Amino acid sequence: MSYVSLTINGIKISVPKGTTVLDAAREAGVFIPTFCHDPDIPRFGACRICVVEIPGMRNLPASCVTEATEGMEVYTESPAVVEARKTILELLLANHPQDCLTCEKNGDCRLQDYAFRYGVKESGFKGERKNYPLDDSNPYIIRDANKCILCGRCVRTCNAIPERSVIDFGYRGFNTKIVTAMDTPLGESDCVYCGRCVTVCPVGALTWKPLTGKGRVWELTRQEVTCTFCDSGCTFEVLSKDGKNIGVVPKTPGNGRPLCLKGRLGLELKYLDDPPAPQLKKGDEFVQVSWGEALGLEDILSKLSKDK
Amino acid sequence: MTNSIREIAGANFILAIGTNTTESHPIISLQAKKAKRNGATLVVADPRRTEMAELADIHMQLNSGSDIALLNAMANVIISEELWNKDFVANRTEDFEALKQTVAKYTPEYAAEITGVPAETIREVARGYARAKNATILYTMGVTQHICGTHNVFAVANLAMLCGHIGKESSGVNPLRGQNNVQGACDMGALPNVYTGYQPVTLEENRAKFAKVWNVGELPAKPGLTVGEMMEGAADGRVKAMYIMGENPVLSDPDSDHVVHALEKLEFLVVQDIFLTETAALADVVLPAASFAEKDGTFSNTERRVQRVRKAIDPVGDAKADWQIICDVATAMGYPMQYASASDIFDEIARLTPSYAGISYARLEQGGIQWPCPSADHPGTPYLHKDKFVRGLGKFNPVEYIPPAEQPDQDYPFVLSTGRRHFHYHTGTMTQRTGALEVHYGAEHLEINPLDAADLGVVDGDTVRVKSRRGQVEVKARLTDVVPRGLVFTSFHFPEVAINKLTNPARDPVAKIPELKVCAVKVEKAS
Amino acid sequence: MAEVTLTINGISVTVPKGTTVLDAARQAGIFIPTFCHDPELTRFGACRMCVVEIPGMRNLPASCVTEATDGMVVHTDSPAVIEARKTILELMLANHPMDCLTCGKNGDCRLQDYAYLYGVKTEPFGGEKHNYPVENDNPFIVRDMNKCILCGKCVRACAEIQGKSIVDFAYRGFDAKITPAMDVPLSESECVFCGNCVAVCPVGALQEKGLRSAARTWEVKKVKTTCPYCGTGCSFELNVKDNRVVGVTSCDGDVNGRALCAKGRFGYGFIHHPDRLTTPLVKKNGKFVKATWEEAISLVAQKLGAVKDKYGSDALAVLSSARCTNEENYLMQKFTRAVLGTNNIDHCARL
Ligand code: SF4
Ligand code: SF4
Ligand code: SF4
Ligand code: SF4
Ligand code: SF4
Ligand code: SF4
Ligand code: FES
Ligand code: FES
Repeated sequence: MSYVSLTINGIKISVPKGTTVLDAAREAGVFIPTFCHDPDIPRFGACRICVVEIPGMRNLPASCVTEATEGMEVYTESPAVVEARKTILELLLANHPQDCLTCEKNGDCRLQDYAFRYGVKESGFKGERKNYPLDDSNPYIIRDANKCILCGRCVRTCNAIPERSVIDFGYRGFNTKIVTAMDTPLGESDCVYCGRCVTVCPVGALTWKPLTGKGRVWELTRQEVTCTFCDSGCTFEVLSKDGKNIGVVPKTPGNGRPLCLKGRLGLELKYLDDPPAPQLKKGDEFVQVSWGEALGLEDILSKLSKDK
Repeated sequence: MTNSIREIAGANFILAIGTNTTESHPIISLQAKKAKRNGATLVVADPRRTEMAELADIHMQLNSGSDIALLNAMANVIISEELWNKDFVANRTEDFEALKQTVAKYTPEYAAEITGVPAETIREVARGYARAKNATILYTMGVTQHICGTHNVFAVANLAMLCGHIGKESSGVNPLRGQNNVQGACDMGALPNVYTGYQPVTLEENRAKFAKVWNVGELPAKPGLTVGEMMEGAADGRVKAMYIMGENPVLSDPDSDHVVHALEKLEFLVVQDIFLTETAALADVVLPAASFAEKDGTFSNTERRVQRVRKAIDPVGDAKADWQIICDVATAMGYPMQYASASDIFDEIARLTPSYAGISYARLEQGGIQWPCPSADHPGTPYLHKDKFVRGLGKFNPVEYIPPAEQPDQDYPFVLSTGRRHFHYHTGTMTQRTGALEVHYGAEHLEINPLDAADLGVVDGDTVRVKSRRGQVEVKARLTDVVPRGLVFTSFHFPEVAINKLTNPARDPVAKIPELKVCAVKVEKAS
Repeated sequence: MAEVTLTINGISVTVPKGTTVLDAARQAGIFIPTFCHDPELTRFGACRMCVVEIPGMRNLPASCVTEATDGMVVHTDSPAVIEARKTILELMLANHPMDCLTCGKNGDCRLQDYAYLYGVKTEPFGGEKHNYPVENDNPFIVRDMNKCILCGKCVRACAEIQGKSIVDFAYRGFDAKITPAMDVPLSESECVFCGNCVAVCPVGALQEKGLRSAARTWEVKKVKTTCPYCGTGCSFELNVKDNRVVGVTSCDGDVNGRALCAKGRFGYGFIHHPDRLTTPLVKKNGKFVKATWEEAISLVAQKLGAVKDKYGSDALAVLSSARCTNEENYLMQKFTRAVLGTNNIDHCARL
């Protein structure tokens, strides 16, 4: 493999040819903020929060889609870069609901992290607000399109499993929005509630309904577990608060790990002190079902009980 | 301290001598304020009208260095008015007659002449102190930094024993230590004449005990040099090499120029510190030490409470904890010194030191413990001398007033006194580098009475030259009636105002503490 | 001591006479939210967040100022109680800046905790907002009176812990505000910047300037230790982020409780100061040059050894330190006596 050498903020580093500036910076231990970039899905380059300054290049290129080249000089926190990031954040915040007070993502939200880091306060009254209704039409995922920053990660991760592809960008301009086919609520779509989208959403636009009101992120401790239902080996986290296991959430979908609802429910049954009753969609309705049905084990269970 | 800090709040009468508590021990002053809110009487003896003095019911604005005259006069009043605690004196003390004789001549009127405090005020304070249910005396360097420092302390103790205000809760004699671990440094035997827990090096059995545990044949029996004597020894060639850990004598000790000269004469000087201090700059080798945030250990505070210091971060750069450095040097000198942790060192201390014997890191997890703590099931000792003094009976040590070594005169007409400021600490190595404290309180000034200033043609903010027989500094004048006429005051926190170039190294003959509180200076407007 | 027995949410609790319902509930392990109550300060009973339902009593009494009596029945979570608490929160939030996004107290704020607990949201442009300038002109404390909920704890802490009474309530009604006398900034008052008011503020109205701009509350690790300055020995917690000390917060110290002085609370900056010595230095031709530990230690050992051999042990002297730990002072005198063979050890501050 051939290598290229570049300097980032004065630090010299060699990386394989083809590496992005973003990855090279991470390799060198230099922080660059990102919203839309996802290491597991193809390059997108839309949010531009990851811009850097590279003398000789026109404008500030997005580091997540710019390839590192030999002798390149990169500045990740130059005044121009910081100015650009602040502007991006101000624009995002101008029509963002000021809801961290009770938002489930508070404490684990990139928009918030970067606003703090770059000292961006929203002035309060400017900016047109969106007023989308909250989509809590299903028992698993809450969508708050008002908080969406249109990074597209949910779309790309959903589309990575061809038979899913439930969501996509819809409408244009200020009205751009992530939608299901026909812009129905998620509960009425073909969504399988695997939660891949929730795990990648950098803000509070997608959150876990069963965890709503159960605890703030800084109060939770996490333990990684691996699902054994199928061979994919998806990893999940068991969340606990004050010594009680209160929820199971998937970790980011890795290579070839589909994540599924059944796996998550099985782990909830296995680990939670107080697992919520499972619900499945029958026709247009979500109905409470037995654990056996939820986990697809009815045949086996009835056989076992006959054997007794 | 004989008592605990929190006990101060329970006192009915507080006599604070030479302690600007709100500035140098702010948290202790909170307890005094609390006592006052609960109805206690607060009396402050201080040449300056400090914030503490403003809070006081009575402020005795005595002349610098006249404490003994004042304290003896109080004893005189208490004896002549039959206010002393006869039971306590009879059962717990000895040599009362000697005290009685000595203080006989210190009538309030006589003392008034020396101290400048009206006789009637002395009487009133003496009566208040004697009659109080619980009375506590607080003092700091204002009492000890005099040539008669030890005698001042005796005079304080005499008064407390006379009234039986010692050996019970909220009643006692309470020196407030200036630095975080002076108490601990003394407890640990960082003194020329004693091992840990004040076990004299002159006693054969002590030497044998330590030699055995330390695994050496013999330990030196002759008491060593004090810091002042070391500097003299360095200057005259008896001391050839010094190892200085975490101290900055160039700024903190009197007569800085002399200290610099002495250290320069050494064949070898090694300094171990967190910054390149004025002293470290003179060294042949400088060893980078870890700060308190970067190591484990314990400090013993002024009320004898041993508390944990916990490592929060890794040492910066290649710095190492002082204890590790000492181990490395000892080992390199052919004495293998190895400990896995600070806790192991502490266990060795506990084994060799009766007053620390019952303390361990495991116990300290539950909170600090006040020594003496002789065994693992002993709760520690909030106040000392409960039923008996360490030596058995409390001995009165009558002392006579002697004037400060250097008196103002024609050429040097002002008394210079030094002390501390709320926002700073010691020689300023730490507080000048916080990004906050020095921003708020960034420059030192000389406090001078407006009337004196007018005589000198000095207005607020003028730069003045302050000169003593030993040196001079320039500093901005601050006109304030916190200081009386004839007295000027500043701190030693600012290297640019190295006030210890001026101060007098004359030392108390017993405790060897220098007379930092009084020296004669002249003040003139700098052109 | 006389005792009373009462029932709280069906649990029977026995407490000394004179105990408040709040303390009785806490003793029984039952949570009641509070804003203005503080165990170290005089009772105030103003915020009414701690209301409970006690059948037979008119209205909902504030548990922090209501004395427990024998046979009393208390409900801390009844619908009426929850309703009342929600209303209080809604009113507070109506003129609160919705600033958690970048607020330094985000994650350690009672207003936020309780809003989350009771699921209270606000209309983005709800009630009338204050528009006070943020006071940021001293290096220690940031005061943002827009976020103040007027619990009065800072007023009581300053008076009762610090004994200063720098700040107090001023103005009335919607304009009520906590200020120093004459409404000057703290920097122009007699404030000593102990920060004890900051330590008790339940929201983000008072914040430590350095700490709250360096880290978010959930990012720090707290390590309890002892102050390195004066001999009082106050305890506090070092706040650590990414192996750096970013601030100091109060904990419950044996000596000091939560009180600290300006040095203890705001004097930590020296730890990461660029002037820190980070490598051994050896003087060569009058100039310091960097050395390795091996070089430096062996040079020290060799030089001290040589002086000892040539002039005897008493030509060596050691200054130990009132700043270092007990363990270090112990080892230093052990080293002096056992290795150097002299009693020439002292420290500077016999003060
Ligand atoms: S919902 Fe989340 S992941 Fe999807 S586009 Fe919006 S912000 Fe991005
Ligand atoms: S999504 Fe992030 S910024 Fe938006 S309200 Fe939630 S926590 Fe705050
Ligand atoms: S004070 Fe509390 S509620 Fe207000 S902005 Fe700060 S964290 Fe949010
Ligand atoms: S910092 Fe201290 S003195 Fe200043 S207002 Fe707060 S409590 Fe009072
Ligand atoms: S500043 Fe803080 S402590 Fe003071 S009244 Fe306001 S909310 Fe309460
Ligand atoms: S916080 Fe202040 S009073 Fe307490 S030990 Fe530190 S310097 Fe002393
Ligand atoms: S992260 Fe690079 S453009 Fe979004
Ligand atoms: S906490 Fe009881 S009224 Fe405020």
